[in-house]
Amino acid sequence: MTLAVEGLRKAFGGVKAVDGVSLSVAAGELLALIGPNGAGKSTCFNMLNGQLRPDGGRVLLEGRDITGMAPRKVWRLGVGRTFQITATFASMTVRENVQMALVSHARGTFDFLGALADRHAPRAMELLARVGMDAQADRACGVLAYGDLKRVELAIALANDPRLLLMDEPTAGMAPAERVALMELTARIAREGRIAVLFTEHDMDVVFAHADRIVVLDRGKLIAEGAPADVRADPQVRAVYLGTGHTHGVGA
Amino acid sequence: MSFRFTRRSALAATAGVAGSLAAPALHAQEGPIRVGEINSYATQAAFLLPYRNAWTMAQDEINAAGGINGRRLETIFRDDAGRPEDAVRHAGELVNNERVHLLAGTFLSHIGLAVADFANQNRRLFVASEPLTDAIVWARGNRFTFRLRASTYMQGAMLVEEAAKLPARRWAIVAPNFEYGQSATRWFKELLTRARPDVQFVAEQFPALGRIDAGATVQAIASANPEAIFNVTFGPDLTNFVRQGSTRGLFERRRVVSLLTGEPEYLDPLGDEAPENWIVTGYPWQDLNTPGHARFREAYRARFRDHPRLGSIVAYDTVTAIAAMLRRAGSTDTERMIEAMRGLRFPTAFGEQDIEFRAIDHQSTSGAYVGRTALRNGRGVMVDWRYADGRNYLPADEVVRQLRPQGA
Amino acid sequence: MLENLLVQGLSGLASASSLFLVASGLTVIFGVTRIVNFAHGSLYMLGAYLAWTLVTGLPRGHLGFWGGVLGAALIVGVVGVLIEVLLLRRIYKAPELFQLLATFGVVLIVQDVALLVWGPQDLLGPRAPGLRGATEVFSVRFPLYELFLISVGPVVLVLLWLLFHRTRWGTLVRAATADREMVGALGVNQRMLFTTVFFLGAFLAGLGGALQLPRESVNLQMDLAVIAEAFVVVVIGGLGSLPGAFLAALLLGQMQAFGILIFPKITLVLAFLVMAVVLVVRPHGLLGKAPSTQHAAGPVEPLLRPSPREVRLLGWGLLALAVAVPPFLGDYALIVLTEIAVMMLFAASLHFIMGPGGMASFGHAAYFGLGAYGAALLVKHFAAPMELGLLAAPFAAGLAGVVFGWFCVRLSGVYAAMLTLAFAQIAWSAAFQWTELTGGDNGVLGVWPSGWASDKLTFYYLALALCTGATLLLRRAIFSPFGYALRAGRDSPLRAEAIGMDGFRIRWFAFVLAAVAAGIAGGVFAYAKGSVFPTYMAIPRSVDALLMVLLGGVQTVSGPIVGALAYTWLHEQLMRLFELWRLFLGGVILALVLFFPQGLAGAIGRRGGRE
Repeated sequence: MTLAVEGLRKAFGGVKAVDGVSLSVAAGELLALIGPNGAGKSTCFNMLNGQLRPDGGRVLLEGRDITGMAPRKVWRLGVGRTFQITATFASMTVRENVQMALVSHARGTFDFLGALADRHAPRAMELLARVGMDAQADRACGVLAYGDLKRVELAIALANDPRLLLMDEPTAGMAPAERVALMELTARIAREGRIAVLFTEHDMDVVFAHADRIVVLDRGKLIAEGAPADVRADPQVRAVYLGTGHTHGVGA
Repeated sequence: MSFRFTRRSALAATAGVAGSLAAPALHAQEGPIRVGEINSYATQAAFLLPYRNAWTMAQDEINAAGGINGRRLETIFRDDAGRPEDAVRHAGELVNNERVHLLAGTFLSHIGLAVADFANQNRRLFVASEPLTDAIVWARGNRFTFRLRASTYMQGAMLVEEAAKLPARRWAIVAPNFEYGQSATRWFKELLTRARPDVQFVAEQFPALGRIDAGATVQAIASANPEAIFNVTFGPDLTNFVRQGSTRGLFERRRVVSLLTGEPEYLDPLGDEAPENWIVTGYPWQDLNTPGHARFREAYRARFRDHPRLGSIVAYDTVTAIAAMLRRAGSTDTERMIEAMRGLRFPTAFGEQDIEFRAIDHQSTSGAYVGRTALRNGRGVMVDWRYADGRNYLPADEVVRQLRPQGA
Repeated sequence: MLENLLVQGLSGLASASSLFLVASGLTVIFGVTRIVNFAHGSLYMLGAYLAWTLVTGLPRGHLGFWGGVLGAALIVGVVGVLIEVLLLRRIYKAPELFQLLATFGVVLIVQDVALLVWGPQDLLGPRAPGLRGATEVFSVRFPLYELFLISVGPVVLVLLWLLFHRTRWGTLVRAATADREMVGALGVNQRMLFTTVFFLGAFLAGLGGALQLPRESVNLQMDLAVIAEAFVVVVIGGLGSLPGAFLAALLLGQMQAFGILIFPKITLVLAFLVMAVVLVVRPHGLLGKAPSTQHAAGPVEPLLRPSPREVRLLGWGLLALAVAVPPFLGDYALIVLTEIAVMMLFAASLHFIMGPGGMASFGHAAYFGLGAYGAALLVKHFAAPMELGLLAAPFAAGLAGVVFGWFCVRLSGVYAAMLTLAFAQIAWSAAFQWTELTGGDNGVLGVWPSGWASDKLTFYYLALALCTGATLLLRRAIFSPFGYALRAGRDSPLRAEAIGMDGFRIRWFAFVLAAVAAGIAGGVFAYAKGSVFPTYMAIPRSVDALLMVLLGGVQTVSGPIVGALAYTWLHEQLMRLFELWRLFLGGVILALVLFFPQGLAGAIGRRGGRE
């Protein structure tokens, strides 16, 4: 298993945001983490890469305990990350954004006499080409369309040859056609590179079309897990999403 | 707007810099004698406006009387904004561009020291008018620098003479927290203890200059219950201290000995709240009727429709000294001017005995008036004053020689 | 004994009240508009002068006095409105802190205008009718007016609380303080809100000044005497927090009152010591809150590119001139050019952390001054030659950068800037008070260049080589991987961390680099001037650095160079040519601010880029 999560718990005040979640992702596998708003997806996600420290449970990356490790250290162990609201460096070009990830990967951050222009530019272009952003390499990140930013984030996330990609709502804010394209791209990269991918997603079409397996959270608890077809048929999931007793809407 | 415009204007600006910097003023050998005067006009306006008035007046009088050996006296004024580094830059400009023959002025001690060091390095004469620090003629004295004003030590010694006569044995001190306040405190304690071994100092307060927390300071002194107080604060700090002190009864049944408080610069703003019966150094301009001073006071009044302040005296005497020196030197060669300064005697606007620039330490013997404060017609004045001649309040020559670097 | 202590506490309360009045206006203005209003002290001073004019002009008695005080505060409120409408409103979209430059122009203008209108002599206002005397408190005499002041603080706090919690306007102000974008999004008339907030803030400053009339003489130094302390109170309390400001004022008032009983010299630095401790323990002040979201941090920074070719050509051309022309210039021109070279490096060093790093510093002079002292103290105590002194300068400054930076870079925004100020003031007071080591305020003299460099032209070339070299290295660093990493942390701390960057260590290292560069500038400056004084690390020098960077343009690479050239040259010219140089300098600054809201280099760059 690339990623194994055991009994993860986190409470804010008295509210149990995540309550004993266990899951695992294998190399080359796309695992979707879904659930209605407030189910604990983002909290769960943020504990995986160290942004939040869990109250209990363990996070294992290829058997190594990374629970509560700082995000930058988790990244060094081969975990790439994209954000729900894209986070890129607005005052740099697209290529420079990717170059920075490469520089950091090569531990060249404290080089203050060389020029960034000479650092890893070809490799950056390769990565950009993989996500289809090479034509826009010299544009400022601050002016890109949202869908393009998501691709740049993917290129950044791939810069350290990750074994695990954590993608928080990778297609949020994109047009439907773009969503499909991005997820197909992601799936191809994951399979070719034997990269485990864990993603959260609101768009059920995306989830059922691209995920190998699906994990469903509700009110902090894992309520279902399995192949898309099994999850789709699960009565508890249907209850949560179709509103018998709950008021959550699908993809709200 | 196009780039071309920008480049042209940038080039024009560059040319402007070069032009304004490149042209050292050309002056004929026998043109006017030029004095470069540097002072903190913007930040110490209360002292320096009356100072500058009197400076101009003295210079005009000299020129009206035919100048110096037929040459006019000219002054180029520069404002140092209270920063020694700016003063040093001005000194460079005055010497190199304006071709002044000597430097003069400065109010704040550290600026005086900075210009004195510049003068030493660049071998120019510097007549420091006001800075009070002892260091400028003693510890850091140099052969190019002379100081007119009666120093912290001298004025402290004048007050100690009076303080020692008081029965008080428990003393408190309040002084602004910078070199002047600390030196004044040190000398006062040292000299008073020498004169009166039975005194003790029960409280010392050093508020930051210009930011006294007067209520707390007064209370802190009061709780030590001293019999007498030595005050070194001045300006706004003094006003606040006096107001809080009088309301809280700090000065009742206590004698206060106070540096500079009798100077109109600091007594006038206190108006009808001026403290009474303090023993002070200062300048009783209303009642000082020596012929010399009466003439000076009336001339100043006639010209500026205001009465002179102590700063006016300092400026007037500085110009008088410079003129006397130039006549004696008969040249603007720095070495000749220095020789002329050493032992130079010249009249003071106080109308008292002539002042002398001592050869031994380049300190002038300018004095101060010591007296008591009183209220008259709703304003503070000095009464029972006497002139304390500076020459009587300096240490013995062998002590001075030790205080001053060899060869300065 | 106990009585004395209690009365000491009461005295502290009175000072606290006065301090709170000034600070309350400042914190309200900052909370809503995010403007660091340097002119707040000037408004305070205007309040005092206007109150003096009104109270002495109006008939004596309660109406004359209290009417005069209130009238003065109202007039100052109107002055505040004028400043907002005519000046600040036009530059709200400018980069962060740019408005500070404008308010500094106002400070300069008000100083000379006050001198022209009210003359140089300190003015003593009348005491308050009915409150002239004293009363017995714990059998110690205590002024009635101080008792009155003690009550004013809480009353004003309560009134402001009611205003903010019981009126619609107040609700908007609180909402804007918490989240400015939100209020804008809700369609609130921001202009009206900002203008009225400015009125209130200025009114409170004016009231604070006017109420000092019975306590203090009105004088031309009041503005600068109060402004630093007012900022300290606002920051200790937490920016934008009124109860915080009140608490902070109480804390400072009491620390001051009791502090002087134990350490009579403490007032010089006490406020800054307290602020440093508070900020280290609580990075957002006593009652301040962290900014609500990551995204509220500031506007999206534009793409940072090397200067356009034309600007670079101009730069190389200037450098060629700077090398070729000086042999034909007089000594004074060399002195000024040396100074410009030093200031260019000083500004560039601040720009390095301010632009790419996004960390403003209000205390950058500390490293300049410590560089100068590093050299001077070697000369003073070990008679070291210039070469050694110049080598020691960056080390001394860098060492301070390592220590101070470790604390400062943990904070953000104005809090970080104020912590740098606190450390600078602590360093300043050490230089000021540690007379045995540093010579105190009389400084260190005789720091002159070695024989081979004592010629003005030689020294100029030395200064030019060192300062231009270091400046070019800093520029190079901006486009190095490290410079990008620094900018990465500013643009998106979240992303920077997610790609393995240690933001703290990057900012820390940048801080040290900037300190080292400032130290080189300080060392050269020391030998250029021949003497070193505590003023080298005093607030005005830090402000100079800020002004140069802002004037040039924070988000350009050539900004600090252009800013240093323009500011040093203007300053030198105006000081020489005009007695009222502050009025002129202030006016020029305002004009530049209005015409070049992106800074001078920003304007040149845009025009160059468009062609």
